[in-house]
Amino acid sequence: MKIKEMQKLLNAEILTKQGDLDKDVRSACGSDMMSDVLAYVKDQAVLLTGLVNMQVIRTAEMMDMVCVVFVRGKKPADEIIELAESKGIVVMSSQFRMYDACGILYSAGLRKGE
Amino acid sequence: MLVEFYIPQDFEKVNDMDDVLKLHFEVDGDDFTSAGEASAEVKKKLRLLGYSPETIRRVSIAMYEGEINMVIHAGGGVADVSIYEDRIEIILEDNGPGIEDIELAMREGYSTAADTIRSLGFGAGMGIPNMKRYTDYFNLESTVGKGTKVTLIINT
Repeated sequence: MKIKEMQKLLNAEILTKQGDLDKDVRSACGSDMMSDVLAYVKDQAVLLTGLVNMQVIRTAEMMDMVCVVFVRGKKPADEIIELAESKGIVVMSSQFRMYDACGILYSAGLRKGE
Repeated sequence: MLVEFYIPQDFEKVNDMDDVLKLHFEVDGDDFTSAGEASAEVKKKLRLLGYSPETIRRVSIAMYEGEINMVIHAGGGVADVSIYEDRIEIILEDNGPGIEDIELAMREGYSTAADTIRSLGFGAGMGIPNMKRYTDYFNLESTVGKGTKVTLIINT
């Protein structure tokens, strides 16, 4: 699934100016606990979260993720978006709650990966 | 009291004089938002040097957890990274309160972090277990009231 397809499914607003929306993503995870993302996640390209701070982007960076989706309509501060841009990570904001957002992507074929 | 915890993982320390690149970082303990900058810098460097993505990720995660711990628990500290061809060594040292019960701290899910830290997405009791999980060698020395020293080695 391309990042722009995800955007459409989640009716999300892309907040980063740069970033490749045609990039293909194959797996995702959802968590508000960055420690758990660091512990259990492997090869996921997308992180869905309701947590908003710099460490979300840092965590995504460490895990080689390419896209962060903020759920429940959360919008990060400019410095968070700038950090994501500098790392080539696409950031979007969706009005859907975590459960719904994950369900929509899962139904559309985006699974947890290996 | 000196508390030592040692996990041998079929590891033999080699004191050779092969090519090494040393990096030193001061980790600011007052600024949670900057935690992870040192790890990001190391990640960038390793990528430039052409290490495998898997090695880079293991180094990044282990060091990032260490950095976060220093900021959360110890008011910052220093990180020294030595990059060899066959391994990456990371030494994290702080002058924080130390760890009273290391065995307990090693347990997944155990954390002394305050709720304020949990609300930031950390403090789930996975930091130290994660450092161990992603490294080939893990050593933690801590003295209550003096500080903590963590040594991490990732074979490339």
